[in-house]
Amino acid sequence: MSLDKEQVQQIAVLARLRLADDEFAETVDKLSRIVEFVDQLSQADTSGVVPMAHPLDVAQRLRADEVTETDDRNHVQENAPSTQDGLYLVPKVIE
Amino acid sequence: MAELHEQTLIELAAGLERGDFTSVEVTEALLARVEVHDQTLNAFVTVTGEQALAAARAADEARAAGNAGILNGLPLVHKDIFCTRDVLTTCGSRMLENFVSPYDATIVERLAAAGAVVLGKTNMDEFAMGSSNETSYFGPVKNPWHLECSPGGSSGGSAAAVAARMAPAATGTDTGGSIRQPAALTGTVGLKPTYGRVSRYGMIAFASSLDQAGVITRSSADAALLLGVMAGFDERDSTCIDHPVPDYTAALSQSLDGLRVGVVKQHFDEGLDEQTGAAVREALSVLEANGATLLEVDLPNIDLSVPTYYVVAPAECSSNLSRFDGVRFGHRAEDPEDLFDLYCRSRGEGFGAEVKRRIMTGTYALSAGYYDAYYLKAQQVRQLIADDFRQAFEKVDVIAGPTAPTPAFRLGDKTDDPITMYLNDIYTIGANLAGLPGISTPCGFVGGLPVGLHLVGPHWGEELLLRCAHNYEQLSTWHKACPGDFQ
Repeated sequence: MSLDKEQVQQIAVLARLRLADDEFAETVDKLSRIVEFVDQLSQADTSGVVPMAHPLDVAQRLRADEVTETDDRNHVQENAPSTQDGLYLVPKVIE
Repeated sequence: MAELHEQTLIELAAGLERGDFTSVEVTEALLARVEVHDQTLNAFVTVTGEQALAAARAADEARAAGNAGILNGLPLVHKDIFCTRDVLTTCGSRMLENFVSPYDATIVERLAAAGAVVLGKTNMDEFAMGSSNETSYFGPVKNPWHLECSPGGSSGGSAAAVAARMAPAATGTDTGGSIRQPAALTGTVGLKPTYGRVSRYGMIAFASSLDQAGVITRSSADAALLLGVMAGFDERDSTCIDHPVPDYTAALSQSLDGLRVGVVKQHFDEGLDEQTGAAVREALSVLEANGATLLEVDLPNIDLSVPTYYVVAPAECSSNLSRFDGVRFGHRAEDPEDLFDLYCRSRGEGFGAEVKRRIMTGTYALSAGYYDAYYLKAQQVRQLIADDFRQAFEKVDVIAGPTAPTPAFRLGDKTDDPITMYLNDIYTIGANLAGLPGISTPCGFVGGLPVGLHLVGPHWGEELLLRCAHNYEQLSTWHKACPGDFQ
């Protein structure tokens, strides 16, 4: 199945990606080719097959809910584009 | 004595132990080569010369004091996907162009604790999404065997650095072939361990049910040495499995006698370059002549491995890469109108075209109304593929074939059609889907370019792979070949 421009626009919104005008047409074309390619999966007979949950068939390990991290906020926030008083700044959300 | 840059890790370790040279001397020699050759190859994103020399001095002092670790003073490079404390960690992306990691990945920590000296961080396809290194924000890496060719990807910088003798060893990651394919294309050895064998803490995530860390070296013996240090349980990675770590080096001394080697018919079908196929068949006959038994095995669903992968991997990447939001770290767009605009433009500008395509493919596959047809279906086919491997390993110890369908291709040749590029991983993806270990070791040349022999083993079968590859290396010299411009 190939994708049209509206579908690709909707996917971009869901993925929170702004595409430049010049990359949009190319994205429609290449995404369509990828979707057509993976569509061959529909030919496989998978009736009764349990979808894989883990490649080694093991369950996810859990740990006790205890604090293990120390406060490294200042060091971590050195990578933040914009902070103030230890908080991350974003554009105003509530008017 | 061979020049320092020509020596493998094991040779360097012996020389350091004998006192033939110091780690500072080795480090200086390799850094000088990086300075000369990396202008041509572009294998490094960051060279950590000062830190390397400091680590080398510390290693020399530790040795003098009788405290040498197993990798004491041995140089290596890290793929720039591994977080390195207070060092730039870009993942080949504009998104992380200025990201200085606040912590070390577990394997970075373990290798350093064993005494390794890190020369720098290597170039890679952006977020490990690519098979040619051409999706890197920092430009493509050149193949040391032919500068107009790709070194493969995504661990192309690691492979090129090892092939060009700028470092004896490198770390890498493999989600669909990203260690093994570049190893094949550069004439190096690439080992991808069993899923969960090596901690992924501090390894920037691409597709979490497939990603695994490994190494690129110039011999299987070196790969065994490094894996022994890197492998093992880590409570900070919830996918890391608590399974005993054997003595991988000890496995090398076993012969090929009695080893059952499976050959998959589809791996030699159309799509495989004829001369590459001939080189691999010749390697198989060497194994057979030296004690191994060749048996045909069937993987009936293997032809669906690439489409399965291109649903599962993008789906997981679309989820993993949602963390890059322009708020806590990474690229942020200028003057956002509102929060939505901040997210969309930061991500639109920070990610390259291939990463955006994969995020969008995954978003589509996971979206309402399509989940069953794509993601669920892919996980069912994935189970069929894993079952095929399980049955095959009831008959054989390892499965052998080509690592990649062709030798290195020219830069720019496959960038127009994503499917052509994706099919480069046709022989390697199955191991990731089933969580199996795989290794590529050099087995010949086609038109002056190296090709690789690919071995896949059962879960936790690294010893079988290392034993088989090491034996082959003792019977051949391909892994010793050095590209002419980088002697």
